[in-house]
Amino acid sequence: MTHRPEQPYEIISDIGVEKGAEKLTPERIREVIRRYLEEEGGARLRVYADTCVHCGLCSDACHFFLSNDREPRFSPAGKVKQALLPILRKKGDVSADFIKRATEIAFTECNLCRRCVMYCPFGIDVAYLMLFVRRLSHKLGVVPQYIQDTAHSHAATMNQMWVREDEWIDTLHWQEEEAREEIPNLRIPLEKEGAEIFYSVIGPEPKFRAQLIYQAAVIMNVAGQDWTMPATPGWDNSDMCMYTGDEEMVARLKKKHFETAMRLKTKRIVMGECGHAFRSVHDVGNRFLGWKMAPVPVTHAIEFYSELFQSRKLRVKRKYDIPVTLHDPCNVVRGGGLHELARYVIHETCSRFVEMHPNREHNYCCGAGGGVINCGPPYTHKRVVGSRVKAEQLAEAAAKGARVVIAPCHNCHGGLEDIIKHYGLDLEVKFLGDIVYASIDKEG
Amino acid sequence: MATSGDMSHWDWNIGKKVIADLHQWRKSFEWLEEPYVSPDGETIAAVVRTKDGMFSVCVNGDLWETRSDKIWSLRFSPDNRPAAFVSNQGLWTIAVGGRPWLNTYEFVWDLHFGEGGGPVIVAAVNKGRYVAVSDGVPWSQGYSFMTGLVVSDDGGHSAAVVQSAAFNPGDIFAFQKGCYTVAVDGRPWDRSFVNVWEMSFNPDGTRLAAEVRTTLYDYTIAVDGRPWDRSFSSVWQPKFNPADGSVTAPVKVKGGWTLARDGEVFWDQRFCQLLHHYHSPDGSAVAAIVAPEFARWSVAVNGLLWPKTFNHLITDLTFSPDGKHVACAARKDGRWTIAVDGLCWDLAFDMAWTPVFSPDSCHVAAKVEKAGRFFILVDGRPLKLEFAGAWNPVFSPDGCKLMIRGIGGSEKELSYCRYVFDMSGLPV
Repeated sequence: MTHRPEQPYEIISDIGVEKGAEKLTPERIREVIRRYLEEEGGARLRVYADTCVHCGLCSDACHFFLSNDREPRFSPAGKVKQALLPILRKKGDVSADFIKRATEIAFTECNLCRRCVMYCPFGIDVAYLMLFVRRLSHKLGVVPQYIQDTAHSHAATMNQMWVREDEWIDTLHWQEEEAREEIPNLRIPLEKEGAEIFYSVIGPEPKFRAQLIYQAAVIMNVAGQDWTMPATPGWDNSDMCMYTGDEEMVARLKKKHFETAMRLKTKRIVMGECGHAFRSVHDVGNRFLGWKMAPVPVTHAIEFYSELFQSRKLRVKRKYDIPVTLHDPCNVVRGGGLHELARYVIHETCSRFVEMHPNREHNYCCGAGGGVINCGPPYTHKRVVGSRVKAEQLAEAAAKGARVVIAPCHNCHGGLEDIIKHYGLDLEVKFLGDIVYASIDKEG
Repeated sequence: MATSGDMSHWDWNIGKKVIADLHQWRKSFEWLEEPYVSPDGETIAAVVRTKDGMFSVCVNGDLWETRSDKIWSLRFSPDNRPAAFVSNQGLWTIAVGGRPWLNTYEFVWDLHFGEGGGPVIVAAVNKGRYVAVSDGVPWSQGYSFMTGLVVSDDGGHSAAVVQSAAFNPGDIFAFQKGCYTVAVDGRPWDRSFVNVWEMSFNPDGTRLAAEVRTTLYDYTIAVDGRPWDRSFSSVWQPKFNPADGSVTAPVKVKGGWTLARDGEVFWDQRFCQLLHHYHSPDGSAVAAIVAPEFARWSVAVNGLLWPKTFNHLITDLTFSPDGKHVACAARKDGRWTIAVDGLCWDLAFDMAWTPVFSPDSCHVAAKVEKAGRFFILVDGRPLKLEFAGAWNPVFSPDGCKLMIRGIGGSEKELSYCRYVFDMSGLPV
């Protein structure tokens, strides 16, 4: 994968896009686009596309636009104008080169963070429009390689990291054994039918961040929770198919996840610190399946920690005394309203908190969300350059004394770590669970 | 799910048996996991840690002779044998009735039973090769990847999704050519697919149907390796009609979800969703969990909707033995109840389990839970019994008696008891 500088924009070579586009013909492009415009391009698409007056108020909401020296093509309306409007205007009579460029815009120049929605006078959801372009890209077989590979993992294993059935269970056993060194009677109960809580995580936890399962097990045991984890596929709440436009797979993944909770007869799903997975179970996948809300109530880790502190099931032994700041993840804050609960948990567990600005629902995206980081190394440079404004925001928090940035979301971790490295910031990224685990009284 | 087979020799004498004093178990073991009860109700077992720091299984107060470094997935077979995965020195096998299989594996999981006294089947891996193992006998052929193990009703056949062609990490185009198939009793189908998901055996285990994806966009059902001629934008799990052997599956077509049979659309109705369908035992009727409109859930029997809808969820759909009645667990406004033939029982709970029909199809019983206490309902009325833990009620083969299995008493006197009631003398 090589970078070829070219005006007016840099074209990034990606085999998933290049080889996919090679198979396209004008007839196939037209046929696929017209079919999906007819079947799925309903009132919402038309209203958004027709209503936009190109006022540009969305521009200042977009970190890509701000970070790229206010380059108009990075504005939300500009991205819609480049990637979607020609499709609508020409009724699908667009070239393979156009599809390649539209794919790159929709997949790698928009984090679907929905910050611009708040600044649009009409409330146009540009993320929805970019997802529609991604849906067309998927149907045309033109999707960046890395995220498509992740979608394949979901399809083959029902998790995003190619984790096999035995590897998953073995990892839980391993973390249980490790945690027993600290809490001798700790248990990670597998397949316990009728437990109150099904604790679900995303694929990277057993693959790369198994200590998060350890920490969650400690928190569950210390708080005396009646919980379980499944020993079957369906344990992963994540969903990169939501970002590749493969809606049929989204429904399949969420069905498996929810039906695992139903099979275990758990009262609710408590999920680890993931943003996009929250969007998938709380907003998208459930609705693809016909449920208005999640069929089994879902509690995000932020809410769960908050609940445990409020009910005094967790008590702080020693507050975390390194100054922290908080990155509000888009999907759980703009999409879920959990920002004050996150601050409550921080105030319970930390002695020094530095507020980041802007914050709460106005916070800037980490640059990784919306599957952008999952498009892989070919786009890393563009992603971190497009996150300059985020780096400035972090640097300001660091200048006020923050040394740790708490990010209760996996993709935010990846995005923030890349930004911190690229811009040379003196910050360490942690999950809220890291802080909770470090501060609670484990003998309580 | 395997059934219990011949229940006529079980003790159906009316009365209460105290099987085990679990309070005593708690005092005896510092580590006591949640208990499991045999189908006939005569045995209760739990994983325990003994004083030497090893694990064992306590069965009606007696420990298995063998000790293990780790034990998990304790379950009872339909013929009342306790079985669990056990590990010593990093090697795994399964112990049935306390006796471990001779073969050991790097890992074993996914425990299945054949009905009656049928075999015990597990998934296993050794040196990167995945197999199913039935009563200690592994498939003759192993695979580099295996998932979704299923077994026939009698346990005589097993099948799983396996990888049929290798592809390098990140080779999305090789993946899309189709690298997965189904292995039945270890032998792969001769055709591969992009993906294979949920599968079903026919009643005698001689045929298998599976959800498949032939491209990233074309979903259909494959029966014994041969896909239907028609593809759909999505499908869910296929089932065999027990009477005529036809294969049915929910499919998504223009206008919504419906039921297809042998590749052709079978129902005229279209739904916002059609999640699961079930054939009556005689194959004359088919019922499905459907959403007639967004966020409304109901049951369709032969395509006809119950008038009642629920705003949250329907699960655990089950036919009566005569195929004339359908019952399910349903959640509305956050509370669970039981619905039979479209009528809800006027009671609300925190959770409800699969309703159980009597053999003559005249009665329905169900286990429910409210505020951590378990109750048994019969025909919409709660029995005057309350438990700290309970298992599904079981009707006698003649339908005249009902067995209740529950843990009762106070925290200091927790006892597991087995009750048999005459249906005319239920404690209501």
